[in-house]
Amino acid sequence: MLAKRIIPCLDVRNGLVTKGVKFADNADIGDPVAMARYYYEQGADELVFYDITASNERRGIMLEVVSRVAREIFIPFSVGGGLRTLEDMRAVLLAGAEKVSIDSGAVRDPKIITEGARAFGSQCIVLSMQVRKTGARPGLESGYEVVIDGGRVFTGRDALEWAYEGARLGAGELVINSIDRDGTKAGYDLEITRRISESVTIPVVASGGAGAPEHLRDAFTRGAADAAIVASIVHYGEYPIPELKRYLKGAGVEVRDAIRLEVGAR
Amino acid sequence: MIAIVDYRAGNLTSVKRALEFLGHRCEITDDADKIRAAERVILPGVGAAGATMENLRALGLVEVLRRDVAAAGKPFLGICIGIQVLFERSEEDRADCLGIIAGHVTRYPGSIDGRTLKVPQIGWNRVRQTRAHPVFTGVPDNTHFYFVNSYYPVPADPGVAIAESGYGVQFVAAVASGRVIATQFHLEKSGAAGLKLLDNFCRLEF
Repeated sequence: MLAKRIIPCLDVRNGLVTKGVKFADNADIGDPVAMARYYYEQGADELVFYDITASNERRGIMLEVVSRVAREIFIPFSVGGGLRTLEDMRAVLLAGAEKVSIDSGAVRDPKIITEGARAFGSQCIVLSMQVRKTGARPGLESGYEVVIDGGRVFTGRDALEWAYEGARLGAGELVINSIDRDGTKAGYDLEITRRISESVTIPVVASGGAGAPEHLRDAFTRGAADAAIVASIVHYGEYPIPELKRYLKGAGVEVRDAIRLEVGAR
Repeated sequence: MIAIVDYRAGNLTSVKRALEFLGHRCEITDDADKIRAAERVILPGVGAAGATMENLRALGLVEVLRRDVAAAGKPFLGICIGIQVLFERSEEDRADCLGIIAGHVTRYPGSIDGRTLKVPQIGWNRVRQTRAHPVFTGVPDNTHFYFVNSYYPVPADPGVAIAESGYGVQFVAAVASGRVIATQFHLEKSGAAGLKLLDNFCRLEF
């Protein structure tokens, strides 16, 4: 049986983590490589970096971050934000990311999913979708709508239908990011997560709203998620990853025990 | 020097980075002479069996791996697609493979007892060590390793299995036959446990 994955998410702008992140030991705040190493050592099962650098000229900085992370941490990590072409994806994968995450760009140009899957394999292509509950109406039977560009633009597209279409086009994994829940600490949107997870045959990752260990438990049980993205719940030292895992284990959720072994030349 | 066989697949550089982190000298190469001269050979990667075999054939590396590596007793490590092509054939692309270990490679069932099984398997799964092997030195039994696979090996001789895991079905997760060792899971993405196993392989005295 697969362990349910906990995936810390880091927003990076111009090579620095944007949110005022505070660890228990307060080391190297803002440096994405140091943070990646910290979460790796804490037992994160995977990491995701979103590049929110505004200007195209500075995108090279992110590639440098990816390559530094890849030399130091040995768990899968994905990179998203501003990836529009196969060349963008290739650069990130060559720099050492395991997966690329595509979002608004895939809504505008869905064939990028298929092209990416064909070039790099489905397992590399994560389709991240921002969703909002706007209510059921004709053409939007699930009641959840796909939004893009940070949740500002409504597409009129049914989230369940887009998830299904994304999987059909070749995505290897789906991230369901509830914009309604994002930053609320009120828990993941279990309804849409579960409905999507039960209608596709690829892993589904819950995102947006985690504020307490129970929210992760609910995502993995009632939400049928295979993995969950966490941000502020871990960034501010409130619930360190080992504590989250202890809680989940106690709640009967299969999680990975990160083991510590002395390896490496360092 | 450890040769990482370059057959134009993805994921070669992550194995190289892991070996460098561990302090082992290595080179990604498709040069038959360099592979013959290497102390150890690693065949890693993600990809499909058909394309992997086509590329190995086009690069003239099939016989090198069969004769100069496996049959010659050079320590060899296959990872992910690198375990699958060791067998005689794979259901994936109906590919004829290296045939270094007898057996075949089959796909996970799409459902178990009417419940959908998500394929590929993507994530961390427990690995049970079914036979003591020095490559596991220092790695606790039932440790989680990272898998990304739709297919798994079915050895003709169950005795070559050194580890198994469960995903809908029980499947062979690692094999060893002489100096040929291979894992279905990604050692380079499995945290400290994966690094430890990789380091063990690089230091094994046969």
